[in-house]
Amino acid sequence: MRMSATLIAAASALALAAPLHAKTIEVAAGDGAQGRLQEALILAEPGDTVQLGAGRFVLTDGLSLDVNGVTVRGAGMDASVLDFTGQKGAGEGLLVTSDDVTLRDFAVENTKGDGIKSKGADNVVYYRIRVTWTGGPKETNGAYGIYPVSSTGVLVDGCKVSGASDAGIYVGQSKAITVRYNYVEQSVAGIEIENSRDALVTGNLVTRNTGGILVFDLPNLPVMGGGNTRISGNLVVGNDTPNFAPKGNIVAGVPRGTGIMVMANDGVWIRANHLANNPTGHVLVVSYPKPFTDKTYNPLPRNIVVEENAYVGGGDEPQLPGAAPLLAALGGRLPPVVWDGIGPQMPFVTNGKAFLSLGIPGPDVGMAEAKPGLVKDDKARTLPTPTAPFGAPAALDSRARP
Amino acid sequence: MRLLAAALLVLGTALAAAPAPVPVNDAVVTGGGYPQTLGELGFFTDPGARQPAAGVVPYRLQTPLWTDGAEKDRFVYVPAGQQARAQGDGLIDLPVGSALIKHFAFGGKLIETRVLLHRKDGWLALPYVWNAAQNEARLALAGKRIDLVTPTGQAISYGVPNKNQCKDCHSLDNVTMPIGPKAYNLSAAWLTAFAKSGKLDRVPVVDRRIPLWEQRAKVPVADAARGYLDANCAHCHNPKGAASNSGLYLGWQVTDRIALGVMKRPVAAGRGAGPHEFDVVPGQPDHSILLYRFASTEGGVAMPELGRETRDPAGEAVVRAWIAGMR
Repeated sequence: MRMSATLIAAASALALAAPLHAKTIEVAAGDGAQGRLQEALILAEPGDTVQLGAGRFVLTDGLSLDVNGVTVRGAGMDASVLDFTGQKGAGEGLLVTSDDVTLRDFAVENTKGDGIKSKGADNVVYYRIRVTWTGGPKETNGAYGIYPVSSTGVLVDGCKVSGASDAGIYVGQSKAITVRYNYVEQSVAGIEIENSRDALVTGNLVTRNTGGILVFDLPNLPVMGGGNTRISGNLVVGNDTPNFAPKGNIVAGVPRGTGIMVMANDGVWIRANHLANNPTGHVLVVSYPKPFTDKTYNPLPRNIVVEENAYVGGGDEPQLPGAAPLLAALGGRLPPVVWDGIGPQMPFVTNGKAFLSLGIPGPDVGMAEAKPGLVKDDKARTLPTPTAPFGAPAALDSRARP
Repeated sequence: MRLLAAALLVLGTALAAAPAPVPVNDAVVTGGGYPQTLGELGFFTDPGARQPAAGVVPYRLQTPLWTDGAEKDRFVYVPAGQQARAQGDGLIDLPVGSALIKHFAFGGKLIETRVLLHRKDGWLALPYVWNAAQNEARLALAGKRIDLVTPTGQAISYGVPNKNQCKDCHSLDNVTMPIGPKAYNLSAAWLTAFAKSGKLDRVPVVDRRIPLWEQRAKVPVADAARGYLDANCAHCHNPKGAASNSGLYLGWQVTDRIALGVMKRPVAAGRGAGPHEFDVVPGQPDHSILLYRFASTEGGVAMPELGRETRDPAGEAVVRAWIAGMR
């Protein structure tokens, strides 16, 4: 048994190692970039690097990569720019549908739809990628900046996103995820983890978004049951951009000035973050508010732990139903943690201070019947603990930080 | 010597008078690499690709994919001595060595020909673009933009998909697959003839067949609309397709109303949702994201994402009527 395990490990190591014939395909900016770059992405073989030169690649259509183990590398997130301002078709700038792909050191600008999407692409690394809509926050901007979905093993590291009309960095229906050291601004949601498990969101700066970091679980999707996610050591500061999402969008319901928001999910640890000047509130814990018929879906947040965060200002301009009298009663500022009050289990808030329950009796009940009040979590409850491992597999690190 | 020469002459004359059928180049179909021209595959006997070679059989779909009003000709090829297998009313299982060929033309002029080749390691999708002289179609691995005028007189930049974009639609669980030749979207007459010719193992039983698109005004609107959605959307919008994460599944056989979009909220539609909250609101086509995206030509909003620069009024009308009549 031991022998075969070793053999399997050796075989796996061989399979993962770059093939001996791995080559670098250089693609320069300039005339005919669309065809030259797309052809390179098609003809690349596992282990190859598609190296983008410095300069502006003027593109008219979406690009796509469907070869395992390819690295697409630019000369820096400000040096190699894929410019989609004149894009005519496709739902995103770059689509990745293969495994073990590394995207690093280039920028994507002004895509009509999403910036970069990777779907069913396991062990994907986004490193020092910039996705920008250069006209600032606008409803006509594309939805997601960096958009890995339906994947196992996701690392988004050192990236910068600005202007997404949905989420700057959105990870959906995936597991084993790390989102770290990114800078997301002027998007409706800074970072969103949706219908996903085992995510680590750490060391990010999210500012001037409508909402900073969202952890959502939604019904009627092939992957549900999100949770076991840790949000720690992030700077969630001054998220005050008015919500500019199209109305039909789930994030259109995110109040302007939300720091961290958890909707549904089982097991979210919000720990050691610095939250400052988020005008609605620093931490919101809510259930899914819309009617649904999906019997396999749990709309309630369970095992939500909020501990050892630093709070500065905020809560002074809440876009919450029935906020005006609350604000008056509480001296002009809501407490840092707000729970909608729905469900049998309140969040675990361990700072010894009271949090606000909106006291909504249940879903489909208006604020008219709500009984808001301060709640102090002074019960001696055993805190739930996360299940290891969190985050992306360690093997992805070497592709991000050589 | 003279006799032999005379015999050869006679033989040569006979061959010229009744040429043996020109075979498809099976070695190129199943070989490695990417054939640089359509001609190398030998699916047609003439440079203009109008005369199918032996074994290349034309077919049509009951309701087809709409591509900016392009006129389409479809062909299926099954190698000599082999047979496709019926799989219930679903996709016909074509053996290795088979191919599907589809011409796209505007005003009778060929623009591109897309082929799907069934090789040992799976299906390969390749696009070929026609030259002005209409006597050669060359591989366009990276796709191409071509300025042309549609049948309704609109000048567009027509998008020939690149090899990967072919797969975007032609994929199930990330494996390249044919889309069109499902028994439920083929006529009983064609299936019968194909089986009779020996190229199909049996005539598949089809309980519910997608109606002929030309008959759409005479059949229940739900059937016409669902047929159209199957042909135009379901290749991505199915549980194994490129849009699997949307939870919106538009295949002909889907019965779950939420999966069909009825009062279903969008997930990752982004601004594609526009001002609307649900994919399909019964009785209210103008409040349904489905129709909103159909009626848009804007990147990031328009659906399908690929292969449509203009609106399809006939398709919109059928989907609109379906939603309007829905309770």
